[in-house]
Amino acid sequence: MSTRSFGEPVKRNEDRKLLTGQALFVDDVELPGMLHAALLRSQVAHARILKIDVAKALQRPGVVAAFVAGDLGDYWRPGPLLVPPPPIAGIVFHQRTQVPLARDKVRHVGEPLVIVIAESRYIAEDALDDIDVELEPLAVVVDLEKGLAAGSALVHDDVGSNVSAHVRQTKGNYAAAAAKADHILKRRFFYEHGISSPIETRGVVAQWDARASQMTIWDTTQAPVFVRNGLAAMLGLNERQVRVIAPFVGGGFGPKIMMFYPEEVLLPWVSMRLNRPVKWIEDRLEHFFATTHERGQIHDAEMAVSRDGRILGIKDVFLHDGGAYDPYGLTVPINSQCTLLGPYVVPAYDSTFTQVFTNLPIVTPYRGAGRQHGVFVMERLLDFAAHELQIDPAEIRRRNLIPPDAFPYKNEIIYQDFSALEYDSGNYEPVLDMAMEAIGYAAFKQEQAAARLQCRHLGIGLACYVEGTGIGPYEGAKVQVQSNGKVSVATGIGTQGQGHFTVFAQIAAEQLGVAVSDVDVVTGDTDQFYWGAGTFASRGAVVAGNAVNEASKVVRKKALKLASDLFECAEEDLVIEGGKVSIVGIPEKFVKLGELASRANPMRGAVKPGTEPGLESTQYFGPPMGATANGVHAMIIEMNPQTFELKIIRYVVVHDCGTVINPMILAGQIHGGVAQGIGNAFYEKLVFDDQGQLLNASLADYLLPTALEVPRMQLAHTVTTSPLNPLGIKGAGEAGAIPVGPLFAQAIEDALDLKAKGVELKEIPLSPSRLFELTRNAKC
Amino acid sequence: MDIDLHDVTLSVNGTKYQRRVESRLLLSDFLRHDLSLAGTHVGCEHGVCGACTVLLDGAPVRSCLMLAVQANHHEISTVEGLANEAGEYHPLQQAMHDHHGLQCGYCTPGILMTMTAFLDENRSPSEDEIREALSGNLCRCTGYQNIVDAVMTAAERMRG
Amino acid sequence: MKPAPFKYLAATSLEHALALKAEHGDDAKFLAGGQSLMPAMNFRLARPEVLIDINGIESLAGIRPDATATRVGALTRYRVLQRDASFTRAFPLIGEALPHIAHPQIRNRGTFGGNLAHADPASELPAITLALAARFRVQSATCERWIEAPAFFAGALTTDLKSDEMLVEVELDLPKPRSGACFMEIARRRGDFAIVGVAAMIGLDDASQCSDVRLSFCGVGETPVDASAAAEILVGQPLTEKTVREVAASVQAMIDPAGSVHATADYQRHVAGVLTERALQTAYQRARNGH
Repeated sequence: MSTRSFGEPVKRNEDRKLLTGQALFVDDVELPGMLHAALLRSQVAHARILKIDVAKALQRPGVVAAFVAGDLGDYWRPGPLLVPPPPIAGIVFHQRTQVPLARDKVRHVGEPLVIVIAESRYIAEDALDDIDVELEPLAVVVDLEKGLAAGSALVHDDVGSNVSAHVRQTKGNYAAAAAKADHILKRRFFYEHGISSPIETRGVVAQWDARASQMTIWDTTQAPVFVRNGLAAMLGLNERQVRVIAPFVGGGFGPKIMMFYPEEVLLPWVSMRLNRPVKWIEDRLEHFFATTHERGQIHDAEMAVSRDGRILGIKDVFLHDGGAYDPYGLTVPINSQCTLLGPYVVPAYDSTFTQVFTNLPIVTPYRGAGRQHGVFVMERLLDFAAHELQIDPAEIRRRNLIPPDAFPYKNEIIYQDFSALEYDSGNYEPVLDMAMEAIGYAAFKQEQAAARLQCRHLGIGLACYVEGTGIGPYEGAKVQVQSNGKVSVATGIGTQGQGHFTVFAQIAAEQLGVAVSDVDVVTGDTDQFYWGAGTFASRGAVVAGNAVNEASKVVRKKALKLASDLFECAEEDLVIEGGKVSIVGIPEKFVKLGELASRANPMRGAVKPGTEPGLESTQYFGPPMGATANGVHAMIIEMNPQTFELKIIRYVVVHDCGTVINPMILAGQIHGGVAQGIGNAFYEKLVFDDQGQLLNASLADYLLPTALEVPRMQLAHTVTTSPLNPLGIKGAGEAGAIPVGPLFAQAIEDALDLKAKGVELKEIPLSPSRLFELTRNAKC
Repeated sequence: MDIDLHDVTLSVNGTKYQRRVESRLLLSDFLRHDLSLAGTHVGCEHGVCGACTVLLDGAPVRSCLMLAVQANHHEISTVEGLANEAGEYHPLQQAMHDHHGLQCGYCTPGILMTMTAFLDENRSPSEDEIREALSGNLCRCTGYQNIVDAVMTAAERMRG
Repeated sequence: MKPAPFKYLAATSLEHALALKAEHGDDAKFLAGGQSLMPAMNFRLARPEVLIDINGIESLAGIRPDATATRVGALTRYRVLQRDASFTRAFPLIGEALPHIAHPQIRNRGTFGGNLAHADPASELPAITLALAARFRVQSATCERWIEAPAFFAGALTTDLKSDEMLVEVELDLPKPRSGACFMEIARRRGDFAIVGVAAMIGLDDASQCSDVRLSFCGVGETPVDASAAAEILVGQPLTEKTVREVAASVQAMIDPAGSVHATADYQRHVAGVLTERALQTAYQRARNGH
C-alpha cells in the first residue's frame, strides 16, 4: 500500500472538528469563576485626557474592577518594537509604540482608556456608560500631506513632526537613466488597502493560577511564541510559567500577528491582580478600531522608458499612512518599495518614502502587506506607457520580464527580511503565456467588438507580480513516532485555516511512510513547542514545513537504523511504507513503526550515552532569505456604462510557488486571496472624516464581498522550485490578493474606453459612484 | 432596575432544555454559553455576517438578532445536530470536506445551517441560485468557490 | 455589542399589546421581526426600557385578498409574501422587490409592517406603498384610524404613528387590468440598502396609451419620494424614448438625494434618471404584453 501524499490533494485532517462545531475557538473557553472585560475607548481621534472617574462604574452590581493607566504602575509601558528598522543607510525612524491604556493623550478613535471587569460582558458594557471621561479635543491629523506641513498638529509632540520614518533606497542611477530615456511618464497614485475583517474577531482569555504560579493565555494570535516570551518578561515570570495557546483561529490575515495589543497586555495582569480568569472578546464594532489596519499611500512616480517600452528606470516618492503608533517598524512600506520592482528588469530605481503618524488606528501588515501598493504603481505605469507608446499591455510586460537565466536576480535594495532583495528563482514568461491563453487574450479584441455591437461593454485586464515569501528567521518542529504507530508533529507556528494540520502531516507522512490521517499536528501551544516566529509573510509552509521535513528525515533515519540493527541488514535494504519497516522484496519480514518506537524507549537495558530514547527529533529551518513566488492574474469584466456597475465574466490566476504540497489547499488560498483583492479593488473602503471618525464602522457599510461578488476562478500553476530549501517550496498565502487593484483599473479603462476619453484610473478602491465622478467631465 | 428574568423551555437538536434567562440575553450567547453549544459562532452581532445562523422551526435565522426568551416553545437546530448520532456526516458536511469548502471554519456552521435548509427546499439548484442563497453568509477565507461546489455535490448526492 | 437592559413583555393579544403600549408610551417599542430593531439595540443606538414582543399575535399576520384589494397583516413575514404566488402575481412590484431585501435569513423573520414602521429612507417597501397608494390601518387601545401612504412617512426613520399606536394592517388596491409594473434598484451588493430604487406602474387605455403612471423612489430623500407628478407628461400618449428621457430629467430636478458613504448625491441623481428610463420602459412593455 502506497502512502505517497506529498503533492496530492489530500483532504484535511482538521475538518471534522470544524464541520461538527467541536473546534475550540477562544470565545469557547469557559472557566469556573471567569470574569469578562469591556474597554472604554476614546470617541475622539486626538485629545488630552483631563479626567477619568470610574467611581460610579465600581458601584454597579456585578462590576468587579475598573482600571486606568495609573493603576498599572510599573507594568504600564509602551509596547516593544516588533520589527526594528532595516539596516538602510540614512534611515530616519522614530519609535513610538502603543500603550496598554491611554495616559495623558489619546491618539486615535478607539484607543482604550479604561478596562472594566464584570460578571458578564453585558454588565461590563453597562458600566462603560457609568464612566465619566473629560477630554480636551486637539486638532486631528488625518491627511498625509497636511500632516507633514509646517504648523500641523503633532501626534507625538516629542518627535517634533509627524514623521514616523523616512527611507530612501536606490539602485543604479535614475538621473542618468532619465537623461537617456525616449519617454518619461509621471503620475500620482492613491492606493488604499483595507482591513482584514476575519469572521472571528480577536479575543484573549487569561487564567492566573496563583498556587501553581502558572499563567495560561488563550489568544487569537498568529505568534504564540513571541507573545508568550514578551508577556512573561512583562509580568516578571519565567517563560516556562506562561503558556500561550492559539487554538483554532477564525482567520488571521496579518493583524492577528500584531503583538502586545493593549488587551493582550492587560488581561494577564488583570487575572493576576484579581486572581480570577478573565475573558475579553472583541466585538465587530471594536474590531474597526482596536485591530490594526492597512490603509493608504500617495505615490508620485516616474518611469523612464525607451521607445520600445523597456524600463530604464523608476523614481518614486511616496507617503505612507502608518497610524498613531509604529510598532511594526517599516515592514509595510518597505514591502511596497521592494515589490514595486515586480518581475521586471529595472536597471535604475530611486525610491523614497515617508511613513507619517496620523490620528488613526495603527497600520500593520494585512495580506499583501504593502505589496499591493507597489504593484499598483508599476502595473499602472506600464499600462500608461503602453498606451502612450502604442504597445500592447501584455507585450510591454513581456519585454521587461526578467529572463529565466538571470537568477538569482539581485535587486540590491534591502527587503523586509533585512537582506538585499534577491529573487532566488523564477521563470516568468510561461506564466504570462498561460494566463493570456487561459483568458483568451488573443481573441478578446474581436469578442469585445462583437459585444459592443450589442451595447455590451467588456474589458480585459492583466497584471503581473512577484511576492517575496518564506522569510526567516526560522521555525522548528518536533516529530515523534509514538508507540501506537501514530506520528505526532509539534511546531510553534500558529494556524488560522491554512491547512497546517494537513500540510505538515503530508510532509511527515511522506518521510515516515504513514497515512496522513495518522499524523497528529499540534500548533500554537507554547507548552508543546516554544521556539519560532509565527504565521506571516506567506512563510508557514516554507519555513515550518521544511522544519517538519528535517525533523521527519532524522526520525526516519533513526527508525531505519533501529530496524537495520533488528534485522541485521543494511539500511539500504529497508523500505518504510504503510507504517512498517520491511526488507525490500521480503514484505513478510517487517516491524511496525510503533514497535520500533517502543523498542527505542526500553524499560530495561541501556540507552547509549550521546543518543536519545524514542523515535523523535526536533529540527529547525532558517532560510537565509525569502523565496520569490510570482504570478499573473487576468480578468474580463462587463461594465454598465450608465450606472458603472461591474460584473466579472472570467477570472484567471496562473501562479508559481515552487513545489506544491497540497494543490487543493493551495487553490483555496488563491481563491481566498482573490476574494480579498476584489474587496480591496471595488468594495472595501474605510471612510474617515476630517476628524478621524470612521463613518462606516459596521459590516453593513464596510462591504466585504459575498458569493455574488466573487466569481468562479480558473487556476493554473507552473513549478519553478526554490533552491533555498530542500523541499523547493515558496509561499502562496498572499498571492491572490496582490495584483487585483491594477487589474480592475486596467479592465475598467478598457471596458469604458477611458484612455480615449482622457481619463486614467490612478486610485484604488474604485466604485460605481467614484467612476461616475471621475468620468463625468470626460469627452465622449 | 432589577434584572428581568424569564423562564424558557425550548428544544435544541431534539433535546429539551428549561432555563431562566435575562430578557436581554441574545439567543447566540444563550446557545453558546448557557447550553455549551459553542458550534454556533458570533461574527458581528449586527445581523450581517451570518456566522450565527441557526434554524428556528426549520428556517434559517440570525441568532444574534433574537433574544433567548423568544425561543420559548420553539425548536432550534444548530450545527451540533447535523451529523447523526453515529457521527455520520450530513451529505453537505461530507461534500464540504471533499471539496475543501472550509479553511478556518469559523463561518462554516452558519453556512451549513443556511445551506442544509436551502437544499431541503431546492433539490436541483443552479450555481446562481446557490450563490444567491449563500450571499447572506460572509466568508473571508475561501472565496466561496469550493463551498458552491460542495453544495452542488451535496444536492446531487441527496437526489440519489 | 450587547443590548442595554430592558423589561420584556410578551403580548398575548392585540388588545394586550396596545394596552401595554398605552401604558409605557415612548419608553416601549414593539418587537416584531427584530431585523432592524435588534441591530440597533445591539449597537445600543436604541435603548427602549420596555420591549413588547408581538410575535405571538397570530391575528396580526396574514394575507387577506378580496375582490378589489388585499389586506396584509403587519406581522406577515417577507418569506410568506415571497412564497404566496397569487400575492406576488397580484402585486408584482412587491414580488420584484422582495429578493432585494437583505437575505433569506432576514426574510424569514422580518415583517412587512415592521419594515414600513421602521421607515428607513433607503428601504424598498415604503416607496412601493407610495406607488400603490396603499392605506395603513393603525390602532391604539382607544381608537383606530387609516393613514394614506404619503402621510404615513414623516421623515427619516419617522412615521405618523403616535406613541400609543401600532400599524396593524396595510390595504393594497389591486392594480388595474391593463397595467404593468417594474421595481429596480442599484445597490453595492445584492440585499444592501438601495443607493436608488424605483417603483414604476403604468396603466394603459384601450388604445395602448398611458392612462395613468405611478412612479416612486427610495434612497433619494428623507422619506420615499412620490415622483408621479414628474411622469404626468406620459399620460394620453404611447411611451417613447424621448418622453421617458424627459421624465427622467424631471425626476433628477425634483429629487434631493443626500449622498452617503457609498455614493455621492450626484451619482444618486444620475442613476435615478437611468433607472427611471429603464423602469418606465419595462413597465410599459409588461403592460402591453398583458402582464
